[in-house]
Amino acid sequence: MLAYIGRRALLAIFTVWAISMLAFVIIQLPPGDYVSSYIAQMASMGSVVTDEEAQNLRIQYGLGQPIYVQYWKWMKQIAEGNFGFSMEWRRPVTEVIGERLWLTVVVAVSALLLTWVLALPIGIYSAVRQYSIGDYAATFVGFIGLAVPNFLLALVLLYLGFTLFNAHIGGLFSPELQDAPWSLARVWDLLKHLPIPALILGLAGTAQQIRIMRANLLDELRKPYVVTARSKGLSEPRVIVKYPVRMALNPFASTIGYTLPYIVSGSIIVSLVLGLPTVGPLLLKALISQDMFLAGTIVLLLGIMTVIGTLISDIVLVWIDPRIRLEDT
Amino acid sequence: MALAADAGRVPSVSTTDQQRIFVASQWQLMWWRFRKHRVAVASAVVVAGFYLAVLGAEFLAYSDPNASEAQRSLMPPQPIHWFDDGRFRPHVYGLKGARDPKTFKRVYQADPRQKIPVRFFAQGFEYRFLGLIPMSRHLIGVDPARDAAGTIFLLGTDVQGRDLWSRLMYGTRISLTIGLLGVTASLVLGVVLGGLSGFYGGVTDTVIQRIIEILRSIPTIPLWMGLAAALPRDWSIVQVYFAITVIISLLGWTELARVIRGRFLALREEDFVVSARLVGCSQMRTIFVHMVPSFMSHIIAATTLALPAMIISETALSFLGLGLRPPAISWGVLLQQAQNVQTVAISPWLMIPAVPVIIAVMAFNFLGDGLRDAADPYGR
Repeated sequence: MLAYIGRRALLAIFTVWAISMLAFVIIQLPPGDYVSSYIAQMASMGSVVTDEEAQNLRIQYGLGQPIYVQYWKWMKQIAEGNFGFSMEWRRPVTEVIGERLWLTVVVAVSALLLTWVLALPIGIYSAVRQYSIGDYAATFVGFIGLAVPNFLLALVLLYLGFTLFNAHIGGLFSPELQDAPWSLARVWDLLKHLPIPALILGLAGTAQQIRIMRANLLDELRKPYVVTARSKGLSEPRVIVKYPVRMALNPFASTIGYTLPYIVSGSIIVSLVLGLPTVGPLLLKALISQDMFLAGTIVLLLGIMTVIGTLISDIVLVWIDPRIRLEDT
Repeated sequence: MALAADAGRVPSVSTTDQQRIFVASQWQLMWWRFRKHRVAVASAVVVAGFYLAVLGAEFLAYSDPNASEAQRSLMPPQPIHWFDDGRFRPHVYGLKGARDPKTFKRVYQADPRQKIPVRFFAQGFEYRFLGLIPMSRHLIGVDPARDAAGTIFLLGTDVQGRDLWSRLMYGTRISLTIGLLGVTASLVLGVVLGGLSGFYGGVTDTVIQRIIEILRSIPTIPLWMGLAAALPRDWSIVQVYFAITVIISLLGWTELARVIRGRFLALREEDFVVSARLVGCSQMRTIFVHMVPSFMSHIIAATTLALPAMIISETALSFLGLGLRPPAISWGVLLQQAQNVQTVAISPWLMIPAVPVIIAVMAFNFLGDGLRDAADPYGR
């Protein structure tokens, strides 16, 4: 079991490294270096950067040196907690991102939880009552969920909310609590706003999980041990929940690894449509105004978060399923 | 096989049926299996229809997709009325535009007295059909020579007064071909890397598999956004088009590679592959003459299933303003106009481009499902 977790952790480290390279490429891609665009930015604000200051900045970021040296310097700064300076906001990147990163985590995690909460009972119902009206309804909703891109779904819900109820369903906070410090009222407000974004983000994943759960459970239900359990006189709910569901749960957990990146990805674009204060809108603005340290940092942090989430799901999987534990020892 | 045991009991009709199955080629078997999946067959027709629209976009459109007119800003759709006094005479009602004195918005009123006849194969702007044959006929249209004030906007117009239906036809062409090109590029990457992985195994396999795992655990949209935003602003439409295709396919090949690797692994030890190797076929010949044809069908199915993701990716990127940029027209570019909920509430027809996106994605998914089931006609 330890060997398995160790291998997953090693892979996670590799993944983080690959993501950091990609984030660095994104920072490097726009023409011109950081300092010259910084000087241009300052000049447009009416202040002048002296040659000496420019020189210092160039040394600090290792500009003009080979690309791997620049990458190394960037990594070293990050290790010290310095993610660079956002030109557009004229503040350190960490300050600009602030609580938005945690709100992104909250949105993604609640979408993931909702996926399970919905998919598990619906999947079990669909398998146990195969070909019932409820099963067909679940399949139909599932196909819609898979086919409609989540930003379109967000758009449609926003439109319906606006025209039918004259209510704005976007955002994560009520206007009066938007910039308020954290308090119980603000948390409650957040909880009230969460379901709609979580539902939109989780729908595609839910649809997929229902199909997986249904297929797995159908396979399990035909196995002899189910007949044995039934003939022993166990009650029907107990027969189903105690053994086959537990068996069918396994692929359910192993797909988190693929669901999480998908949800994080989706949260970016859905946040834009719904106006959620996550890192999504910030990333788009940073990319359009070529505020590259901010953009690169967001890509890096999102990637790291996803990797950590996946790693946790791997560990949970080992804990749920003894077969994996045995396989690797 | 069970044939000998069954021969006595099975009626003769079924025997000829079985003989038919025994002599049928693999592709015939697949076709028979595919035909049974009704939804997939219907989806195949829908997909074919979409690609016909791609070929004949200019013919289906009836006005220049880039012709803008401030006087026609945000006109509502004009539905076709097929019958006039019980006789087949398709027409649309004329629209009268005026400024609302309070809000200063242009409002339009349908005028049932003004009937503008809709003509089939009408004259319109000139174009080259399939890029070759000069033509000026369009499927429908109004005759400007005979109905001077007559205009037709089946799905209404956008803010700049451009006809949404015609733009949708052109957008379909771009969105569907970008998906097709992207999937082709992913396919090449997937076949090469998945093939290497499955055929050689060992270290090559491990390395490629880890790369795939890493790529799959990265959230793609932020990365796409970063790469797409770095495209130079002064690039031409064609350059951006190809760059977006490459960006989408660079991260989309992993699923295809996984399927192909699986097939290679399954076939590597099959008798016919081993004998091909033993009689001295070169590796290239073994792979491309003996192995690839036997899982061609799986590749086709996997490719069909990969297409919707490509279409959604392009739509999402363009919707954000990071993909294709106007004057290019794609479904995503069209949907950009629907970003603002206030605008959409007043002019809901701006959301219409979402409909073909959803239909196309569903059709490709069902078609892919059907193809995947049919790809293995000997199974089950």
